[in-house]
Amino acid sequence: MFEVALSSLWSRRGSVLLTVASLTISMVIVIGVEHIRAQAESSFVRTISNVDLLVGARTSQINLLLYSVFRIGNATNNIRWESYEDIATRSEVSWSIPLSLGDSHQGYRVLGTNLQYFEHFRYGDSQELQFSEGQPFSAVLHAVLGSGVANSLGYELGKEIVLSHGIGNTSFVNHENLPFTVSGILAPTGTPVDRTIHVSLQGIEAIHLGWQNGAQVAALGLEPEDPRLEDLQPTQITAMLLGLETPMAVFGLQRAINNYPREPLTAILPAVALGELWQIIGTLEGLLSIISILVLTASLLGLSTMLLSSLRERSRELALYRAIGARPSFILLIIELEALSLTLISVFMSYLLVVAGLALTQSWLSENFALVIEVWPTAPSIWLYIGGAIAASAALSLIPASIAYSRSLGHVLRSA
Amino acid sequence: MSIISIENMRYTWPKSESPALDISGLSVGQGETVFLRGASGSGKSTLLGLLAGTLTVQSGTLKVLDTELSSLSPRERDSFRANHIGIVFQQFNLIPFLTVASNLRLAGSFSGEPRRDFREKSENLLQALNLDLGLLQRRADTLSVGQQQRVAIARALINDPELLLADEPTSALDTDTRDTFMRLLMSIRDVSDCTMIFASHDRSLMKYFDTEIELSEFNRVKKGKSSRV
Repeated sequence: MFEVALSSLWSRRGSVLLTVASLTISMVIVIGVEHIRAQAESSFVRTISNVDLLVGARTSQINLLLYSVFRIGNATNNIRWESYEDIATRSEVSWSIPLSLGDSHQGYRVLGTNLQYFEHFRYGDSQELQFSEGQPFSAVLHAVLGSGVANSLGYELGKEIVLSHGIGNTSFVNHENLPFTVSGILAPTGTPVDRTIHVSLQGIEAIHLGWQNGAQVAALGLEPEDPRLEDLQPTQITAMLLGLETPMAVFGLQRAINNYPREPLTAILPAVALGELWQIIGTLEGLLSIISILVLTASLLGLSTMLLSSLRERSRELALYRAIGARPSFILLIIELEALSLTLISVFMSYLLVVAGLALTQSWLSENFALVIEVWPTAPSIWLYIGGAIAASAALSLIPASIAYSRSLGHVLRSA
Repeated sequence: MSIISIENMRYTWPKSESPALDISGLSVGQGETVFLRGASGSGKSTLLGLLAGTLTVQSGTLKVLDTELSSLSPRERDSFRANHIGIVFQQFNLIPFLTVASNLRLAGSFSGEPRRDFREKSENLLQALNLDLGLLQRRADTLSVGQQQRVAIARALINDPELLLADEPTSALDTDTRDTFMRLLMSIRDVSDCTMIFASHDRSLMKYFDTEIELSEFNRVKKGKSSRV
């Protein structure tokens, strides 16, 4: 019976191949969209972990999350260094990481921070940052590269880099007087850390001496060997990450920071903000899923149409099965089997196409978008979609199959 | 035992007002070869359809192998046809995209009993029909029309049917091939003792058969109307 169905399909390979192509493409869309959605969600939720509070200047929860964690957009305002020290030394606070953003190198964001960052920053399932080469910065003009930066710019330890003022791929204002030396390169994390260049807060301070409001007003730059570099004190930062002694203290401290008397601040719970942000993105993804399901439905209808229109040319073949003793159910099964074979072939091919496509673009995606996408789609929802597609093809091809069935009930002996 | 016995049988096509066949009595004994003659539209194919069980009579009795076909369920009729009746058509006897071997195996599979000696059986039949065994692996639609019709006989006989129905099997053949075909068809009686009903309008073939039935002599329906065949 399989032989009959497959040979029959092969004998009509022209229209069959077109149908398989259409089904395959739509399955690629379905599997691809669902896989990237699932991966993006997990990659998204993995960006930051174990941080109890994220503090920035007064702004919206999502904006703070975007600029401080995802390095998207800009801070509306800064936090004074005194406020940071004040909050960081509170008794509830176990550790704190200051973050200072605003400069870039070749389009990659530069993050000013301190050594706490390498000690306390966590992503994924509480994973620590690992160095693939080198070590954290030990001098003011040292830099630690995320793996994506090092990879795509081809930088190695000891490389001197010049930071640019502001963000963007092409900045006309460079801090050329103070080049930084690469002291370490981090292992890949699949988070925005991969696209970040980390330097010390003093380093950030150093390159901005003599700058006001984004313009160089005095040529009072420092030289790399200047002993004053070590004594620099940061005056402001963009945001801070706080880890608390006890999780119970989160809401109390959050309220205290939100009502901070000396300057307007916002403290958010990263997990809550991530969830809220994901909901916004999730709506778009729901839409994508719906579109991919509609595309698949159209292809499955195309499959049914192909089978239905083949019934006319196959009337004598189907009559012959009956004449040599086949039951009408055999006719029904043959058509169903043909539909299912085509769907299975398409599912198989589309899966391989998605895998091949991702294998080819994986490094590009991770370098350019810090999207770490697994090559093999294994999310449960994907199996659900595949199962659904097979079930739907069986259901939709019942239309031609039952038409063939009811025709074969009648007088079928005359095949000439 | 009579292989076919018909009494007061009447068949009317759906959506037709007058019957197409009305036969008061007809009987064919075992091993007989019957030439069923009749002009086009005389109801030959309708009668074959009734004998094969793809049509069922509305009144009277039509027994094949002492089985009243109209009393069987559709499923039983299909199985009865697979096991007891072989059919050869004018053309399109084989599934074109399957090999000869697959065509034979498919027909064999509908009998419901897997045959162990299937391969031997098909080779014997092909040899009896003077066909090269190499044809087994060829796709049916690559065979000549004459070869296809001979494979069709093998296909019809694969389940050892008691009754072989042939509906104008030679009309697509030229004279030479037709004679070869007829000689081989008759020679299968050496390997099979089946009863044969051979419907044709070609009187020249009559000489091959034991008996002749002129359908218009049995059919009480007047011709010229309701001829849907």
